Amino acid sequence: MSKKNLIVIGNGMVGHHFLEQFAASPAARDFEIRVFGEEKHLAYDRVHLSEYFTGSTHADLAMGTPDWYAESGIVLHLGEPVTGIDRDTRTVTTPEGSYTYDELVLATGSYPFVPPIEGREHPACFVYRTLEDLDAIRASAQGGETGVVVGGGLLGLEAANALKSLGLNAHVVEFAPRLMPVQLDDDGGAVLRQKIEELGVQVHTEKATTTIVEGEETRLRMNFSDDSHLDTDLIVFSAGIRPQDTLARQCGLDIGERGGIVVDNRCTTSDPHIHAIGECALWNGRIFGLVAPGYTMARTLAAALNNDEEAAFTGADMSTKLKLLGVDVGSIGDAHGQTPGARNIRYNDEQAGHYRRMVVSGDGKKLLGAIMVGDNHYYDTLLQYALNGIDLPDHAESLILPASQGGAPSLGPDALPDTASICSCHNVTKVDICGALDSGCTDLGGVKAETRASTGCGGCAALLKNVVDSELEKRGVEVNTDICEHFPYSRQELFHLVKVNGIRTFRGLIRQYGKGHGCDICKPAVGSILATCWNDHILATDHVPLQDTNDTFLANMQKNGTYSIVPRVPGGEITPDKLIVLGEVARDYNLYTKITGGQRVDLFGATLSQLPEIWEKLIAAGFETGHAYGKSLRTVKSCVGSTWCRYGVQDSVGMAIFLENRYKGLRSPHKIKMAVSGCTRECAEAQSKDIGVIATDKGWNLYVCGNGGMRPRHADLFATDLTDEELVRTIDRVLMFYVRTADRLQRTSVWMENLEGGLDYLKDVVLEDSLGIGAELEEHMEDIVGTYQCEWKTAVEDPEKRKRFREFVNAPEKTDPVQQWTTERNQRRPVAESS
Amino acid sequence: MKTRTRWDAVCEVSDLIPDSGIAVWTEDGPVALFYLPDRLPALFAISHTDPFSGSNVLARGITGDLNGEPVVASPLYKQHFSLRSGECLEDPSVQVPVYRVLLDGDRVRLEISVARSEVAA
Repeated sequence: MSKKNLIVIGNGMVGHHFLEQFAASPAARDFEIRVFGEEKHLAYDRVHLSEYFTGSTHADLAMGTPDWYAESGIVLHLGEPVTGIDRDTRTVTTPEGSYTYDELVLATGSYPFVPPIEGREHPACFVYRTLEDLDAIRASAQGGETGVVVGGGLLGLEAANALKSLGLNAHVVEFAPRLMPVQLDDDGGAVLRQKIEELGVQVHTEKATTTIVEGEETRLRMNFSDDSHLDTDLIVFSAGIRPQDTLARQCGLDIGERGGIVVDNRCTTSDPHIHAIGECALWNGRIFGLVAPGYTMARTLAAALNNDEEAAFTGADMSTKLKLLGVDVGSIGDAHGQTPGARNIRYNDEQAGHYRRMVVSGDGKKLLGAIMVGDNHYYDTLLQYALNGIDLPDHAESLILPASQGGAPSLGPDALPDTASICSCHNVTKVDICGALDSGCTDLGGVKAETRASTGCGGCAALLKNVVDSELEKRGVEVNTDICEHFPYSRQELFHLVKVNGIRTFRGLIRQYGKGHGCDICKPAVGSILATCWNDHILATDHVPLQDTNDTFLANMQKNGTYSIVPRVPGGEITPDKLIVLGEVARDYNLYTKITGGQRVDLFGATLSQLPEIWEKLIAAGFETGHAYGKSLRTVKSCVGSTWCRYGVQDSVGMAIFLENRYKGLRSPHKIKMAVSGCTRECAEAQSKDIGVIATDKGWNLYVCGNGGMRPRHADLFATDLTDEELVRTIDRVLMFYVRTADRLQRTSVWMENLEGGLDYLKDVVLEDSLGIGAELEEHMEDIVGTYQCEWKTAVEDPEKRKRFREFVNAPEKTDPVQQWTTERNQRRPVAESS
Repeated sequence: MKTRTRWDAVCEVSDLIPDSGIAVWTEDGPVALFYLPDRLPALFAISHTDPFSGSNVLARGITGDLNGEPVVASPLYKQHFSLRSGECLEDPSVQVPVYRVLLDGDRVRLEISVARSEVAA
């Protein structure tokens, strides 16, 4: 049977989410899938659009990759707008051709509403919707001083933030008497206004713009109906959205009076073969201008196309929690108290700029809605009460009182019903989380990977952690952070014990705080902690038994018991003379030679007893150990940078060498990889590293907590346009905080994901010094940098340490009989196992 | 055939490394010697050959105890072997040979069965 055709018009967040859902469903096998996008970009995250001005690129914001589409068998038509739909022949037309469909999905989204003001076509007037819009705004901001956003709603304030980050004096002009009229009441709006004016954004409410004309000193002047005016260099319209229903109108589908493609509970339009989801769809007379309801529609439609009888869209919760210009704003359910008989409880601290309002049912038992400005800590608990209809406690007011006033602690996870929605972005309920735990997940990171909870907006991170911990405990999985049976402490706690009590040996630590003799879990962990705290040579007598064989012998054990050797090549830069030495050593000892992914050379097949001699030769040529064996800094990869490359804007090689020499030898919970790229083309692949540095024309952008490997993760943008000094100081703090607080064998990415508050918390600690430990972290790093010693050199020079490298202590001439060799592609390698 | 044993001197006390292992060559093949000064007895000897990889590496593993049993962890795939019985804790069907060991003044002696080697000789 030949396949049917499914066409999706629109490649935005909702369209992409639909494809993700549908491509993974059984029905996908029956369809050829095509998607048409008007923009030339693959679907990207519009919710975080303003980050485009603070260093994020399309790649950072992208929802999927071309590879994903290819692997899912979806044909992408980007930059190819659909110009018409013929329902009789079931055909869509584009400038490139026409395509037939069996099922058609409209995910055309919305367009920004621009009020009909005279002068709105001026070239310095913009809307705020696409990356192209942002590029145009950025270009226009050059040479300007002032920018005005028309519209004081959620998107308008986002846009104001974007203008501010472009260095403009930002103004917001709102027609209504307050900011965010949909989500907030007058008191809440007033607190928000006060807060954002303190941040330097000027707010003008109850202003109706009548005309936009050429300015005298500035590019533009806005005249208002009250005869006042405002001078500005550019204007961004953000006065609401309208459903993009043009195609649907042209082909005669039912359209709402005020726009929007009419759909039923299964997201199907008046034509049974055409469906609509997201902001273009009108359900029950309503347009949903948030991404979460759009996702719900996408899931509903994917299920409906799989003939799931029960699939139905039944409305969506429009509660929102967000940070606008750094100010917390939350709005839940019936925020304005429109339910008959509803009553209010308000808390208003004008001094601190905190406002909270609860709307409760007439009998005082249920929470109907809430508003909060200034502090969103209360949001999660209130949302759960409202969404799940949980009975309010006596003294319900305690839910919005500050903790110092006896405010109630957050709602315990046990009080949540199984159907409670924990993550609304990915529709993860408490049951889903329990299911993930039952199917083998044992920690927060695992649950996140399995359910995708808390990987959307991240707003539910704290709640998710509570639920996971509580459920684990219930399953009798004691949430045990003990490192092993010998110590009733986590790695972080052990670190504190060592540091605070000045303990310098494993024996001292286990006698005082542990029991037994240790094992292969706690010994290397304590060895790493001792090295970080005191930086003694790792082969000092007391430390030898703590190390994995790779650390003990300063090389990497291979499957046949021989070792590989990786000398440090900082930044991947090496002189021809040194390269020749590597070649000579490899040739003389018949070592298999391979270039590594970290821009250095790995020499395989050295026996234990050969290691010291080989190092002597390498040290004499100026090489140091590369710590390829250690839980420590591996390499700092670099591209050639401004020295040679015509695109480079900074000396990436120089910075990479500096960083590699600074952090070499730092012992850490797991290996650390870094890279430095000389321009935004990112040839050094810095965004796949624990620490990634990308040059800008003003300095350096820092990315943190990425990794390759089994679960690749893009690094997160951490800080932008840093000077050399700022960059080093920031990395010092991030690394030292990681080394001090991570669990054993925890890469930076998992560590960060498990920090309560995640990336934002890490930024607070490192960039804002919220814990007041910044100076201490830097000082500690200075100590370690200052006491660096090359472990090989120290080992080779000490006869006692050299004794350890005898393969058989009573038979120095004996070679290991099990090591059998053969030759392949002109190099020696171990004989393959017979099995 | 009658099995005879012999106590061969394999190294000096000064060759041992506290809480760690060394490898010696014997007529019975490579043997790993462990010195755990906090235990009594303090000396243990098991085969140096890791049964899972076939490589001679066990002396280079990390020592310790699990539920009181003295063990070494293979440096390759991390299985634990009892230093007393040679049994693999993760897979009791796997066992490595164990040797008796004693201190004779400054010398460390291993009990080696020689029947096979005499026949071979």
